[in-house]
Amino acid sequence: MKKVAIIGVGSSRFGVRNDVNMAELVFEAFKPSVEDAGISPKDIEFLAFGSAGAGVWCEEFLPAVVAAEYCGLTGAGIVRCEAACASGSASFLAAYWAVASGQVDVAAAIGFEKMRQISTSAAMEWIGRAGYYLWEFHNFGATFPAYYALYARAYMDMYGATEEDLALVAVKNHKYGSMNPLAHLQRRITVEEVLASPVVAAPLKLLDCCPISDGAVSIIIASEDKLKELKVDTPVWVAGVGYASETASIGKRPEYLGFKSSVTAAQKAYKMAKITPEQLDLAEVHDCFTIAEIMAYEDLGFCKKGEGYKLLRDGQMEIGGKIPVNVDGGLKAKGHPIGATGCSMIYELTKQLREEASNEGRQVPMRNYLALAHNMGGTGHYCYVTVLRR
Amino acid sequence: MTEKPPFIKSREIKVVHEIPLGRIQRFWEELKKGKVLATKCQRCGVLYFPPASDCSKCLASNMDWVELSGEAIIKTFTYVSVRPETFQQTTPYMLAVGELKEGVRVLAWLVGVNPSNVKVGMKVKLVAKITPEGNPIYEFVPLE
Repeated sequence: MKKVAIIGVGSSRFGVRNDVNMAELVFEAFKPSVEDAGISPKDIEFLAFGSAGAGVWCEEFLPAVVAAEYCGLTGAGIVRCEAACASGSASFLAAYWAVASGQVDVAAAIGFEKMRQISTSAAMEWIGRAGYYLWEFHNFGATFPAYYALYARAYMDMYGATEEDLALVAVKNHKYGSMNPLAHLQRRITVEEVLASPVVAAPLKLLDCCPISDGAVSIIIASEDKLKELKVDTPVWVAGVGYASETASIGKRPEYLGFKSSVTAAQKAYKMAKITPEQLDLAEVHDCFTIAEIMAYEDLGFCKKGEGYKLLRDGQMEIGGKIPVNVDGGLKAKGHPIGATGCSMIYELTKQLREEASNEGRQVPMRNYLALAHNMGGTGHYCYVTVLRR
Repeated sequence: MTEKPPFIKSREIKVVHEIPLGRIQRFWEELKKGKVLATKCQRCGVLYFPPASDCSKCLASNMDWVELSGEAIIKTFTYVSVRPETFQQTTPYMLAVGELKEGVRVLAWLVGVNPSNVKVGMKVKLVAKITPEGNPIYEFVPLE
């Protein structure tokens, strides 16, 4: 396998983007990524395009071909990758493999989703069907917040975490979101506001949930040989990748305290990168719901099982703490255009590792120049972990 | 609120999938008679709920039908206030995962109990029921 580096990144503004159509939204992310890389669209030999639900919540059923045409990529090899909310990471992995295998020198991974062209209840319907429609949605109307609420209830019951503890995740991520001009939700909130927000699926309330967002992110990667040719001065290397999955039926899982897919994917990525979690300078973890971030700390090995919420109480997950997590606002505040999220994590980590965070208050001081992205699809159904090194 | 930018509406399409149930028809027939069945692999003995016509462990397709006791404990639960589009006419509902005596876990509605009285570890029973629309389903009810 060849060494692979990230040479260009671009992100659209996340939010309700009814000012642009899907192709224009992708362009908003793509153009700065090729400018950042110092290449032109014709240099890109392969495009992996992540989208979970295009054709359902946006009109284009083949978003990859429409986006490729609009961005001047027609002729390159293209594929759409679906891994629910981890579709962006799946596209990044597909592009990584294309370059690592030696088949192509330059590839692009674009993560995309446009979810605000249909009603909120219709969007909830489709996301709720992301599991096992026949046995869990058809008769029982299991929603996505409901699935995570099942985990939250079991976790709180087992380890003694409270609704206030969950709220601390939202408060932290909104704080960083307020400093991120690309974020969907750019306002700080308090624990009291989270607790007073309407119940969605008990014990989860509105402010425990990420918003439904539009957004696109583009990542350009290249082989080591190409890097020398392009004279890239700050390459960010892909040091490790890991992936795993869980049962479609939530009912088939032995416990509801964390995700085995996260544990397995992380172990694979750490092993490939030859690092331990203690060496990481920062992480982007999948916080679609507040409980998900707490379980991720544990599954990724930042602390022991059942202790994730205690780290939050001590402020250890902020800049200056043990390991800063989601300093771009996370899914919770930057927003969660579901196919874009995996690439958004890679975008933020690349900026951080280059020490180019959009706001000084969000720049994490680097010790080892190592960062991790953890992206889940569905309720742990898919998991991808990526370790980056500068 | 700022005014919504201009847009055009896509053409409307109604989507309904016809999901084949032939291989596990017996499950639905017995459910109508009040019984909740699982399948069991004749070769390796794995018990399947939801019922499966093929074994994902040993890949055999010879399965026995087994009636479940219905005796279960609640592993976890939630109360769904915000419902999806096709459940808008339904009142808020409780979803629970129950672990049956036989070892399988089932996700279904939990009915007949106030949400504030539900606890993890509570004993419940999985029962068959006919909905007002005439469809057979299964749900958890509290144990008397």
